[in-house]
Amino acid sequence: MGQTFAEKVLARPSGKRQVKPGDIVEISPQIALSHDNTAAIVGIFQRMGGKKVFNPQMHAIFLDHAAPAPTTKHAENHRIIRDFVCEQGIPHFFDVGRGICHQVLVEEGLALPGEIVLGSDSHTPHAGVMGAFGAGIGRSEMASIWAVGTLWLRVPESLKITVTGKMPAWVTPKDLALKIIGDLGADGALYLSVEWHGNVIADMSLSERATLTNMAAEMGAKNSYVSPDDKTLAYLSNRARHDFEPVLPDSDASYLQVLEIDAGSLEPMIACPHTVDNVKPLSEVAGTKVDQAFLGTCTNGRLEDLASAAEILSGRKLSPGTRMIVIPASSEIFQEALRKGYVEDFLNAGALVESPGCGPCMGNHLGVPAPGEVTISTANRNFQGRMGTKESEIYLANPAVTAASAVAGKITHPNSLD
Amino acid sequence: MEIIRGRSWKYGDNVNTDVIFPGKYTYTVSEPTDMPAHALEDLDPNFARGVKPGDIIVAGKNWGCGSSREQAVTCLKEGGLGAIIAESFARIYYRNCLNAALPVLICPEAVQAIHDGEQIEIDLDKGEIRTNKGIYTFNPLPEVVREIFDAGGLIAHTKKRLEALD
Repeated sequence: MGQTFAEKVLARPSGKRQVKPGDIVEISPQIALSHDNTAAIVGIFQRMGGKKVFNPQMHAIFLDHAAPAPTTKHAENHRIIRDFVCEQGIPHFFDVGRGICHQVLVEEGLALPGEIVLGSDSHTPHAGVMGAFGAGIGRSEMASIWAVGTLWLRVPESLKITVTGKMPAWVTPKDLALKIIGDLGADGALYLSVEWHGNVIADMSLSERATLTNMAAEMGAKNSYVSPDDKTLAYLSNRARHDFEPVLPDSDASYLQVLEIDAGSLEPMIACPHTVDNVKPLSEVAGTKVDQAFLGTCTNGRLEDLASAAEILSGRKLSPGTRMIVIPASSEIFQEALRKGYVEDFLNAGALVESPGCGPCMGNHLGVPAPGEVTISTANRNFQGRMGTKESEIYLANPAVTAASAVAGKITHPNSLD
Repeated sequence: MEIIRGRSWKYGDNVNTDVIFPGKYTYTVSEPTDMPAHALEDLDPNFARGVKPGDIIVAGKNWGCGSSREQAVTCLKEGGLGAIIAESFARIYYRNCLNAALPVLICPEAVQAIHDGEQIEIDLDKGEIRTNKGIYTFNPLPEVVREIFDAGGLIAHTKKRLEALD
């Protein structure tokens, strides 16, 4: 009997030849990712009696959630983290302005095929875009890894999603992810390892695949994975920090659940307030007034996402009374967007462009809505209160739809703009 | 282990961490003792005012979905909550509870049977939930998890491991 990706990748570091779903393994991750919550983890680490971290090379620490610091309290938080990084001699530290942890981990060649990334952030499954096993954990668990270098994991069952056919115009991986989350529900992949297969996935760019592995968190997945291929290896050729050994699932592996999707049947989708699985076709919610559009986040803040929005905004103006906030996911993306003229397109249209980071995604700063306002966003969550006030509504969409809606002042299909 | 006894606070499916402990407080409210005041703030304002030690949350599917924030567990644990019974839990939330030594029980039958406000009782050793409608059983924790739980949570457990290394 063949093995899934999760079974193989968790067997290797646990020192076992084979493991099966339900087994508990104790593993040491290659990467332990944390962000602004590192300050709180330092406190837990000290309460555990920790003095020196188990392995400074294992850490990847990013300041992105409230970066640059919006308040003195946040600044103090950042200072604690910088002091800790310095004192412990942690080499992989990325200060404010570098970008969102999940994107930067990939750019810096730290998310590698066949390796294990545990992060104190729920979107850590994102790392699966490079063929890594990425799973979110809690802060105490992160502190425990810092202290003793290992953590227990339950070997998950797997869900195989195969996407074949051809994606229609204006349909993006965001729409595919929303469609699946809407169909399966927010717990549709609870505890599962989600593997993405099929010609549509193989044809996608790494940036597009990242939207899928990122959004798997919203169906409850433990991790999410795309098999590394020539595109992955080419991207890593001058980025990977060390040698790696990819892990591929066997073709005769056993899956708890199999889902087959014909990409040709998809259309642009919107997640409506206040849950990510409250998904409707764009046509059903078109016309809903929006006060603010937000293009960015680890889900859809990459160069291709910015390009798609810039194409819509080029030569157009935002609707009077509608704001648009653009936040590139990383400084590398920001620089490339400047070179390609996208930033100019955004500014000419009347949008504002801010420094890389999570921004208003979880209500910290850089453009939170007022009570009663409606935001259309390329983010991954639209929970009540997510952007700061529970009296506002968030609709999730792909970048082109988000930009088109900012131009029209209401939720709009890009092909219906003048 | 003691018996957990208290009133039930019943909620629905997919209650997420943003309504259990709002994201806007994650970097501003950092003292555990300050957290219970914001527990379930955006879902049920009566909860933080009314919850008593030993009370039990009874929830539908996927309780605790969303972010990995532990404050969504701490705000309940610090407020004296005795346990959570649900049809299912989001996985990080489930781990966070075990690591905080807050009992989390998966028992869809009990969830169906229990009414909001009803007095219920949990016997962890026997694996029983006692309700007005009858007694429901749940699976015991895996051994490695029980060890963390018995140590009083992951912090105490890791502390012991570190001391053993010295």
